[in-house]
Amino acid sequence: MIRESQIGTAVLELRHASRLHGEGERQVQALADANIAIEPGEFVAIMGPSGSGKSTLLHLAGGLDIPTSGQVLVEGTDLATLSIAQCAVIRRRSVGYVFQDFNLLPALTAAENVAFPLELDGWSRRKAREEALARLAETGVAELADRRPESMSGGQAQRVAIARALVGPRRLLLADEPTGALDSTTGTAILQVLRDRADNGAAVLMVTHEARFAAWTDRTLFLRDGRVIDQSGPSDPSMLLARESR
Amino acid sequence: MSVKHALLALLSWKPSTMYQLRKDFDASTGETWPLNIGQVSTTLQRLERDGLVELEAAPAGEPEPWRLTDRGRLEVHAWWNSPVPRETPGRDELVIKLALAVTVPGVDIADLVQRQRSATLRVLHDITKARRGVDEADIAVRLVLDNHIFTTEAELRWLDDVEETLVRTKATVPVQTETKTPAMKAAARSKR
Repeated sequence: MIRESQIGTAVLELRHASRLHGEGERQVQALADANIAIEPGEFVAIMGPSGSGKSTLLHLAGGLDIPTSGQVLVEGTDLATLSIAQCAVIRRRSVGYVFQDFNLLPALTAAENVAFPLELDGWSRRKAREEALARLAETGVAELADRRPESMSGGQAQRVAIARALVGPRRLLLADEPTGALDSTTGTAILQVLRDRADNGAAVLMVTHEARFAAWTDRTLFLRDGRVIDQSGPSDPSMLLARESR
Repeated sequence: MSVKHALLALLSWKPSTMYQLRKDFDASTGETWPLNIGQVSTTLQRLERDGLVELEAAPAGEPEPWRLTDRGRLEVHAWWNSPVPRETPGRDELVIKLALAVTVPGVDIADLVQRQRSATLRVLHDITKARRGVDEADIAVRLVLDNHIFTTEAELRWLDDVEETLVRTKATVPVQTETKTPAMKAAARSKR
């Protein structure tokens, strides 16, 4: 749902993006004519039943897959116009990915996991570690810097994974069921980290099946059969509690 | 909602004027059930008539505060020690609407469910936003808003379940007959 005012300012834009899988009678329309724009500072949730296209949308947004037709633009760059190497650079520098199962490298400490994409990008080890420690502090797990994933709780590992997704100048954060493996309290803490990041200017796109977590976002897109069928968001925020009048 | 017992409970904490009672009630419930001063006044008059509260002497020129009588204290004690009565869920328009939607031909149930989901999620967005702004030390307001979050989320889960049930049973539009369908019977029960 592109809003005219957003064109040109969005961190992520899908323009008539479609993705087909398979061929002939076995062809499946995973995503159909998606028009989505996410501005800096906007936190957006995607909800929908299994097979509705949520993961496909996230993969396209992160440059992990390419649309059969239409465009995906990250910070104004059409990913389809890039070589594989250039796309990898965009993914490393502009896009942070948070997975349900954290995807931390088990042999590395938290700080090494977070610094890893920066070192791949040519940062010196010392500078990459400094940046990693800053991001671990931002997500509230600075004390875990020298611990390996095996000694962390699920909530701690997810915070480290988010820190890794935040390193460098990344302004687009893609989260695939980031609270899926966590209890409700820890899930809420993770949502707070993502919310804070959006409030500090990042664009965040999160797939979730939990309405209580979708409610933390600025708007929720509903997918069904590969199509964005509806969206919902807060109404007047002062409606429920006129606390300032107390 | 028993305004009577809410006022008695607040008066068991300290004697209060009518305006202070309203203020304390709003503060402890997050202003989600605002009381108007007329309700407070009428309720206090009834409580006085029933011998549960009385006016306390006050310095000249100051409003007299209300306080509990011994009977009022017993009433509050009994209230704290009794569960809030829960009846079988009654007439809920959404439940009736969906029950009728699977009965009456030509209704796009998937669309109906989605419209409701979107509207209910909007409410959950609002409550969550309000909840995030609450001071963690403000436990009474946290409890009230958390209750709203749980009940709103329950409705969304139920809508998901309705959708899954329809997909699973491939229920489209049943044939209308003179015999009441289970859905109609459920609607009739709920109306009673």
